[in-house]
Amino acid sequence: MTLLAVERIKLFSTRSPWWCMLLALGLTAGITAVIAANWGDSPIPVIATVFTHSFGLYVIMVMAALAVTTEYRFGTIKSTFQAVPDRTSPMVAKAAVVVLLSALVGEASAFGSWGLSWLLADDTSQLALNTANDWRHVAGVGLVYGAGALLALGVGALVRQTAGAVSIILVFALVLESVVGFIPNIGDDIQKWMPFTVANKFVMGDPDLSALPEGAGPPTIGDLSPWGSLGYFAAIAVAVYVISLVVVKRRDA
Amino acid sequence: MIEAIGLTKRYGKTVAVDDLSFTVAPGRVTGFLGPNGAGKSTTMRMILGLDRPSAGRVLIDGKPYTSLDRPLRTVGALLDAKWVHPNRSARAHLEWLAKSNGLPSRRVDEVIDLVGLTKVAKRRAGGFSLGMSQRLGIAGALLGDPKVLLFDEPVNGLDPEGILWIRRFMQGLAAEGRTVLVSSHLLSEMALTAQDLVVIGRGKLISQTSTEHFIQEATENTVRVRSPHSDKLGAMLVDKGFTVRDGEDGALTVSGASSDQIGDIAAASGVVLHELSPQRGSLEQAFMQLTGDSVEYHAELVETGK
Repeated sequence: MTLLAVERIKLFSTRSPWWCMLLALGLTAGITAVIAANWGDSPIPVIATVFTHSFGLYVIMVMAALAVTTEYRFGTIKSTFQAVPDRTSPMVAKAAVVVLLSALVGEASAFGSWGLSWLLADDTSQLALNTANDWRHVAGVGLVYGAGALLALGVGALVRQTAGAVSIILVFALVLESVVGFIPNIGDDIQKWMPFTVANKFVMGDPDLSALPEGAGPPTIGDLSPWGSLGYFAAIAVAVYVISLVVVKRRDA
Repeated sequence: MIEAIGLTKRYGKTVAVDDLSFTVAPGRVTGFLGPNGAGKSTTMRMILGLDRPSAGRVLIDGKPYTSLDRPLRTVGALLDAKWVHPNRSARAHLEWLAKSNGLPSRRVDEVIDLVGLTKVAKRRAGGFSLGMSQRLGIAGALLGDPKVLLFDEPVNGLDPEGILWIRRFMQGLAAEGRTVLVSSHLLSEMALTAQDLVVIGRGKLISQTSTEHFIQEATENTVRVRSPHSDKLGAMLVDKGFTVRDGEDGALTVSGASSDQIGDIAAASGVVLHELSPQRGSLEQAFMQLTGDSVEYHAELVETGK
């Protein structure tokens, strides 16, 4: 418990996490507000209120990566390991704090966006959260943010440099995953197993594709069910994170 | 008490620390002396469990660092004063350190007061001067009231007032019975601060001894003698058991004898002396002589006009 308090103090006594959280909330809720206000006469579907969740995901992943790379950048990781030489427990405590916080930001962003849509859209007749799928579209954002944060922590601990870790995350998510689709013949098959593509299916997908309302955006791709997609994304995050724990333990600090 | 046994660290083919064994006793300031690149910082990181030794081990009161329970209560260290997040306040920095080892936040106020940073405790550490950063680092090292303290080049870049403060501070800590290991590349500084010395060069132990003894041994006192009958005088001095070397311009360099003794011998045998002058080696010369072969990065002297 004390180590959780330590990581909480570390995270909240610098400014960048606050800025990242504000930015994640502002980007998602702000753009959703514009979408909702311009939706027009047709009823706005629940799923439209979380179109923007991926913007926030990238910002939250940058925050999570920073939580560990700044420790390497400023040498405080050495003080941390001096204070707790087993290394694994402070890294796990850091993950617990950052993942929980990211999940909370995810929920705040999703329900905030959904709430703003109630206020700004003309026709909100389809906006109530009636089905399990409706709940997953909105509440699921927090789970994806949490898993994404864990993935980013792992990448950050492996790479140790802010610029490197952030570039890897953003280039992978924003460029690589769409570019692999252009590879002839096998591109589509690779793309549908890329982690961020799969994570997107958890939030935006539907077990019955024909049940998706009109205006639900481009169809989500992937062979897994929505919850299977979350499991797949989380498994990748856990794998990268566990590898980082092993490397951190073995490497000279 | 710190005990290094056969400590070795290799980075690929480079051997940074080579089979290093030494002990650091409590109640004294021990200087860890060596030229830049000799392996002092690497050794200190191994003492703290931050770097893994390639061979050998280092024990603190009989235990490796990594098996200490709440280690800040046993060992305090200042390896680099800049190991602080620049946007975190001095107080927040010490707060998380204290929390991690179950130390009360009352202790944070105490150490801040002890190093004289009370007025700036809420300011961001990135804006601190080097002297203030050093004080913050020392506050961090003292948090757990540890029996063993390590300081890596603590006076580097400080003004004379800061140097004096740190020197007195370390001596005070040793006087309280703590084990204090402080690294430096300046023998002159260590001569004023440390009672014992562990001297290394290129990762190897050169000497472990008291500072006084090291300086005595290292700064050989010689006498320069110039005489028209230097051959005769030289032979007589060698007969008496002194060491005689041929110096420049036909002068002799005699070690082991005082100028009085040489003057007496010369007068007794009627040898004319043109010069008789005692030479005292400087600390820096002695240090360079001892570690001269083991300096990692030589600055080659450029020969001109030849």
